[in-house]
Amino acid sequence: MSWMSTDVLLAITVGVLKAIVILLAAVLSGAFLTVIERRLLGLWQDRYGPNRVGIFGSGQLIADMIKIFFKEDWIPPFADRKLFVLAPAIAFASLLLSFLVIPITPGWGVADLNIGILFFFAMAGINVYAVLFGGYASANKYALIGAMRASAQTLSYEVFIGLSLMGVVAMTGSFNMRDIVNGQEGLWYIVPQFFGFLTFLIAGVAVTHRAPFDQPEAEQEIADGYHVEYSSMKFGMFFIGEYVGIVLVSALLTTLFMGGWHGPLLPPIVWFLLKTSFFVMLFVLARAALPRPRYDRVMQFGWKFCLPLTLINLLVTGVVVLLTA
Amino acid sequence: MTSETSQAGNTGFAIVDELKARFGEANLVVQPTLTGMPVVWVAREQLIEVMHFVQQVRKPFVMLYDLHGVDERLRMHRSGLPPADFTVFYQLMSLERNSELMIKVALHEDDLRVPTLCNVYLNANWYEREVFDMFGIEFTGHPHLTRMLMPPTWHGHPLRKDYPARATEFDPYTLTMEGQDREQEALRFNPEEWGMKRQSGDTDYMFLNLGPNHPSVHGVFRIALQLDGEEVVDCVPDIGYHHRGAEKMAERQSWHSYIPYTDRIDYTGGVMNNLPYILATEKLAGITVTPRAETIRVMMSEMFRINSHLLFLGTFLQDLGAMSPVFYTFSDRQRAYYVIEAITGFRMHPAWFRIGGVAHDLPRGWDRLVREFLDWMPPRLDEYERAMMDNSIVRERTVNIATHTTAEALTWGVTGPNLRATGLKYDLRKAKPYSGYENFDFDIPVGTNGDVFDRGMLRIEEMRQSLRIIEQCLKNMPEGDYKADHPLTTPPPRDKMLQHIETLITHFLQVSWGPVLKPNESFQMIEATKGLNSYYLTSDGNTMSYRTRIRTPSFAHLQHIPAVINGGFVPDLIAHLGSIDFVMADVDR
Repeated sequence: MSWMSTDVLLAITVGVLKAIVILLAAVLSGAFLTVIERRLLGLWQDRYGPNRVGIFGSGQLIADMIKIFFKEDWIPPFADRKLFVLAPAIAFASLLLSFLVIPITPGWGVADLNIGILFFFAMAGINVYAVLFGGYASANKYALIGAMRASAQTLSYEVFIGLSLMGVVAMTGSFNMRDIVNGQEGLWYIVPQFFGFLTFLIAGVAVTHRAPFDQPEAEQEIADGYHVEYSSMKFGMFFIGEYVGIVLVSALLTTLFMGGWHGPLLPPIVWFLLKTSFFVMLFVLARAALPRPRYDRVMQFGWKFCLPLTLINLLVTGVVVLLTA
Repeated sequence: MTSETSQAGNTGFAIVDELKARFGEANLVVQPTLTGMPVVWVAREQLIEVMHFVQQVRKPFVMLYDLHGVDERLRMHRSGLPPADFTVFYQLMSLERNSELMIKVALHEDDLRVPTLCNVYLNANWYEREVFDMFGIEFTGHPHLTRMLMPPTWHGHPLRKDYPARATEFDPYTLTMEGQDREQEALRFNPEEWGMKRQSGDTDYMFLNLGPNHPSVHGVFRIALQLDGEEVVDCVPDIGYHHRGAEKMAERQSWHSYIPYTDRIDYTGGVMNNLPYILATEKLAGITVTPRAETIRVMMSEMFRINSHLLFLGTFLQDLGAMSPVFYTFSDRQRAYYVIEAITGFRMHPAWFRIGGVAHDLPRGWDRLVREFLDWMPPRLDEYERAMMDNSIVRERTVNIATHTTAEALTWGVTGPNLRATGLKYDLRKAKPYSGYENFDFDIPVGTNGDVFDRGMLRIEEMRQSLRIIEQCLKNMPEGDYKADHPLTTPPPRDKMLQHIETLITHFLQVSWGPVLKPNESFQMIEATKGLNSYYLTSDGNTMSYRTRIRTPSFAHLQHIPAVINGGFVPDLIAHLGSIDFVMADVDR
């Protein structure tokens, strides 16, 4: 055990502590987003939003948490118990785990995987099971329709979510997120990879089931879809999981296209947070502004518009990379 | 007016001569009423023939507007009418004649059967089921004669005169666990009952029970869907969850005290609901109201039309998944409520019209409030049009979705904005003006395709027209009394009350017993927020109505749903439900 020196132990301890901080920050920002979104929606919808608990409604989150923890945790007698319990855990964990690969600042970040982007794809893929299990295990027709919509939608959008990032990978020559951020020191990838950015943004919204791609949980049509039977903290995990997803996709957009922590004057962490919050706001604004397209149109849009666009983008990027190499 | 339509000050009595010529004078009894339309009794055996005749006559009666029954057993004043224990009446509309026609069939207690009209007028289906439900009259040949409004397990027929009207006349209501299971089991949707298959070829259909608790059914509407994937193969609407027996209550309330009940029929229409009832009552009482009262009524009705359409617009767009517009339209509605509150003292259900006028005169400063509202609305309407109706997703969700033609609409009894969206320029305020609408200058907006989009756009345009009407009311509000000087005005004008004993007694009698109206029948139809709404009142010379029939537009609109939506997707159904603008109280009464 000679390698177990004090230096190594210290490094491990610091690494674990950093990971815990990032984990907490991710979960908390997801949780806070529930309140922030409502306040922002209020702002854009000519009303106040929750402003009663604490100063400017700052205590709303605590109130909501207390409420959701003390709700009756009801599992329908007709449900498939194991899958029913498993689904929210997957929903919550899979997207949270993806934070593993995100380099926040030069010094902060959990893991420096050389397959960083692929890890995110894998986790996003696993996330489909949450919806699928939730919808199936609930033994509810609305949940089933929601799950059906979700799996079809996520599968179609995952086809080009990968392709949309291949341009970035080709330009950097690496799947490693840190390399990608460093590759943007001069020019953010949003400029050369604009179409990649657009399609990833669209696919990112679709993966998190946010408006206008919230067909799987369309309240007006299928009454919350796959999580209609969930209550208490199981619902809470779906709910927070969705917001964690928003933060994750925003952080990914920042990392992959907006130069990550790079920026003048301000410290790296501030730049990272600013850019991420910008995209989070964009998510909320889209929800406030847009109606919901019909489910079959969303599929058509994915296959007939986004997929060809990413392919062309990849082709052109490949040619450019080859020529300049 | 042409000579053809001017007989006795009423339009469209020519059909009586045509009927006499065809079926012989001896076979028909023409009943004189105050309804403004010919009321003709025919024999049960001739009913179908008569219906075919009026449907195919020159200038045909294209729409079965209403169909219901009357329990005649306790009616005192019915001399000159064929003997009957029960009556079924059919009200038909002809747009070319601009008139209605009422056909009545007399029935005897021991033989309560009438041939069904479903093969002549498609929309007779639901009406006949309701009559079966309410009176126990059997319609022979009806494809699915089951209860419409009451639960399937119900005993008795509520609108019969021997059926108690008050809870205290029943045993206390109890529901055991077994009883609850039985009731729930009775509500289970059984596809075979409706001639639906559970599978076809290699497709297993899914039967989805949408409602009565569902975010997009605007209350307690239930519709069972037969789905192939997300495609609606067939559907069966189920109503009655909001049934409160408004028509039965009318038989227990004085002519005056029934006014608040009318408010709650189309609960987004506020005082506009009072209007047809009040106008019909005034016909029975023989009151002519003052121009000021008429204009106030028009102004307030149009305020509520805007209010209702704003609610429609917000919820309609929300049904399309846009979450913000409803908040904007609700803050607009609040602006309308500033005016309504100041004038009537209430918000949703002012119950503010009175027999012979309105409850109060306009308060000081009403004109400033109305002016503020008139200045506020137009830019907001423009904004809604630009931000939402021009939005490409909204267009994709609505254009050419759930379309129906004018002919189909008339077949199914669709009226109001939903009818005009098909391109037919028919607005009762122009066709048969009431309450002084003939004095106002406004346009009738029409659509072209009769799709969801047209139904939305049309209502935005209707709000603009209503603003025009309110503006004219504001500029030309007549001076004078807000109540008619008539012995039956209820409550009587207060300044005339404290003069001598006679007026004091009149006042006392009117507010304690309520006015007594002469035996007759009257009818008033109005262009309500959602379509044609009418009250058909039968007075038997009492302080209460003998029979009050409330014909509401939403009932017909819901019956129409399967005809439009079959073959569409679930989201199309939701868009359609949003676009036809119904409230369940307006369906079930």
